[in-house]
Amino acid sequence: MDILNLKGTEDTPTILLDKKNGIFEISGRSLPEDSAEFYRPVLEWIKAYGGEPNASTDFTFKLEYFNTASSKLILDVLSALEDIKGMKILWYFHDDDEDMEEAGQEFSELVEVPFEFKTY
Amino acid sequence: MNYIYELHRTMMTQKVILVYEGDFTQETTKSILSMAERNLDSSGEDSGIKRKVFNVMVEALQNIVKHSSEQGMRAGSLLSKSAIFLISKDDKQYCVMTGNPIAKDKVAQLTKDLNDLNSKDKEGLKEMYKEIIKNTQISEKGGAGLGFVDMARKSGEKLEFLFANMDAEHDFFCLKVNIAREKE
Repeated sequence: MDILNLKGTEDTPTILLDKKNGIFEISGRSLPEDSAEFYRPVLEWIKAYGGEPNASTDFTFKLEYFNTASSKLILDVLSALEDIKGMKILWYFHDDDEDMEEAGQEFSELVEVPFEFKTY
Repeated sequence: MNYIYELHRTMMTQKVILVYEGDFTQETTKSILSMAERNLDSSGEDSGIKRKVFNVMVEALQNIVKHSSEQGMRAGSLLSKSAIFLISKDDKQYCVMTGNPIAKDKVAQLTKDLNDLNSKDKEGLKEMYKEIIKNTQISEKGGAGLGFVDMARKSGEKLEFLFANMDAEHDFFCLKVNIAREKE
């Protein structure tokens, strides 16, 4: 499978999806002008990965900030991950960022996939 | 030219730290955010407060960007350019304020939505957020319909708003979101 590697900018996150090396990570800031367009390749990649996933997958979210339009797309990403066997979400938040912690908890209540919370 | 001094004085007395008036796009949003961020950083603001202010700014700015394109206002027309964004700061709080034209026939619904939002407590807002995010589709203008809910949640205070009469078809929608500087 091809690696999806998007370098972060001031309004888009860094995305690295690498099946071979077992790296699945979305990090940084997400406030793109068109969130649906930005996340389309991510959702397509996950769909393809779901057809031939690794035995287990740790999918990392390490977001510093995301806007509400992105939050809808993050939920779409989580919903796509939900159906993949061996999936676990690692939700990172800065140790004094209660809002990011709460956001992760809310997402975990909206999808049926195990979450592990970590601080950085 | 006296208005230069008057404007300056108004900004000083109202403790305005940043004001932008003009056309709103994603590019101007990014510039305003980076200016405001530098200001927050240099004043050594608490990181939690900083994040909340940033959060509210993003939603407020992107609301204007989406709204002015939605209105289909002619580029270069007076209306399309007449939006304003301000931040003020005093000892107690930051205020993120916006003003933009809105069609009069949209006023009743917006008033209802904002009053509805303001009637909810923390838990009520959380439920509202989860309900919307589960059921919404991203609109053509890129909005999830969550902006005001998120601003209310992050600020922890009621959203203040006012509609000023502009012309036969438009009101000027003024919004003020307060973010306390003291942690509760």
